[in-house]
Amino acid sequence: MAGVQVSDVSRSFGAHKALDDVSIDFADGGFYALLGPSGSGKTTLLRQIAGFDFPDSGRISIGGESVERVPVEKRRIGMVFQNYALFPNMSVADNVAFGLSVRGEAKAVIATEVQRALDLVQLGKLGGRRPHQLSGGQRQRVALARAIVTKPRVLLLDEPLGALDKALRVDMQIELKRIQREIGITTIFVTHDQEEALTMSDRIGILRDGRLVQEGPPEEIYDRPRSEFAATFLGDANIFRGDTTGNGIRLQDGTAIAAGAGATLAAGAKASCAVRPERIRIGTDAGAVDSDANMLKGQVSKRIFAGNNSTYFVERAGQTLKVIVQNTGADRLAEGQDVVLRWSPESTVLIAAT
Amino acid sequence: MATTRILEGLGRLYIGLLLAFLYLPIIIMALMSFNVSPFYQLPFEWTTEWYASLWQNDQLIAATWNSLEIAILTTIISVVLGSAASLALFRYEFLGKKVLQALLFPPIAIPWLITGTAMLIFFFGVGIGRGLFAILLGHVALALPYVIVVVSARLQTFAPELEEAARSLGANQWQVTVRVTLPWIMPGVIAGGLFAFAVSFDQFVVSYFLSTPGQTTLPVEIYAAIRKGFTPEINAVSTIIIVVSMALMLLTARFFKFGGEK
Repeated sequence: MAGVQVSDVSRSFGAHKALDDVSIDFADGGFYALLGPSGSGKTTLLRQIAGFDFPDSGRISIGGESVERVPVEKRRIGMVFQNYALFPNMSVADNVAFGLSVRGEAKAVIATEVQRALDLVQLGKLGGRRPHQLSGGQRQRVALARAIVTKPRVLLLDEPLGALDKALRVDMQIELKRIQREIGITTIFVTHDQEEALTMSDRIGILRDGRLVQEGPPEEIYDRPRSEFAATFLGDANIFRGDTTGNGIRLQDGTAIAAGAGATLAAGAKASCAVRPERIRIGTDAGAVDSDANMLKGQVSKRIFAGNNSTYFVERAGQTLKVIVQNTGADRLAEGQDVVLRWSPESTVLIAAT
Repeated sequence: MATTRILEGLGRLYIGLLLAFLYLPIIIMALMSFNVSPFYQLPFEWTTEWYASLWQNDQLIAATWNSLEIAILTTIISVVLGSAASLALFRYEFLGKKVLQALLFPPIAIPWLITGTAMLIFFFGVGIGRGLFAILLGHVALALPYVIVVVSARLQTFAPELEEAARSLGANQWQVTVRVTLPWIMPGVIAGGLFAFAVSFDQFVVSYFLSTPGQTTLPVEIYAAIRKGFTPEINAVSTIIIVVSMALMLLTARFFKFGGEK
């Protein structure tokens, strides 16, 4: 087991900068998600850490050892590929045994370790099967067993659950997390699924256009996004743009929005405020309320009922705002109704314009 | 449905006619190799006399061994060189790769008569001359493109992640090739080898140009024998070749079917 340090890593393919000066510290035993849209460089970064490709500049170390010029077969990593990449000509047990076998381990040792790994992923009885006789979820488990049986220093997962259907994916998320905790291995996990990143990881790194946009625990990134991109890519957010007033912004029409969180900016600069849809209260009364709450008036243009909650789309000065309301049994608002939106400054994050 | 049945019948008739067109001459020749009359006279009388006298024909036997030897060597050499070339073309990007790839295939379309002439001139020019070695070189050159085409086609179905997965598990280049890549392309390698064997064993034109009177292959020897005067021994030896070639082609077909296996 070991931590992984990525320092100032850049990698270009022709004129395309796939990674632009990325630094991340992956602590020993942590579960990290690299999250980003396609083309953001997350897979390129994973391949640099794995050793399939070398950075143009920058350093990568695993367990304190510099590895940026060490080829993958010498890095002692475990990798799970998006399409499992099981060897079709080998049985499940031989697939799992491969890493130990190329290393020249004794047959008896291999047999014991393979069985232990298959038991860990709950496939103890399927060692004799061929990959094509397995379901998608089972193949995923074999790929995982194969990757961890060699006791790698770090486990790398390239969109490992992308090919599974929704229900199976949730099962595998729990399973993967259980196994990761059980063996305590540093795990780096590439995904474009924000929900997966939020529920599974200790820390998330968001990438965009080859740059690390923000890195931190899921709660921190969700509650305190430092850019509009981070705010809208991880979860939903209402974005207001205007000029900073010091503790908030003033919209073009003069409305002030107070922000209790986020960047500290000099008054007058361009800035935005981000508010999560579930933090906004929606109602019909314009009556007296706590004076420090942000307040806007608008009109419901659409309501989507989803059982446990409803999403309201509210039109206000040419902008569509999103409000999510838990189903508490209270009266629902009709489309076309005039409404008042309120939310606290603490729920408002001030973001510097980019 | 009546229409379906008629269509089915027509389909069967069509296949029957096609097979007759392909195999009737061969079957008749094979039958005549067992007929007593050397002049195709009927009624048919069974004999294995021609096969017996073929066994006495030292020249034909020697030529058969030459053919087999050259075909086997051609197969081995072109399979090793061709598979290695296919792997290189699959794995690496290098200067001139596109040109090389494009140039590998036209030899298949160049008439053997022209290839043979060119080889004869070239081999004389560089001092190799004619003979069995020259024939072997010629056959390898003819067979290589076939092996590369077949093995490359098989490689198209290979997922490069498999090699990456093997490397991530600590396998070196050799282990990756032997334990992951080769098992996958094996059906292609075997099919390519059978093609190579057939190209060499059935080869007349190039062999004819490159052989010397004492050192020749079976097809060239048969041609020489026919010119001297046709004997049913030729039917007999032809039947043997047909059986061997067809067996090889059926094997090839079988391995190509394996090519679709998951």
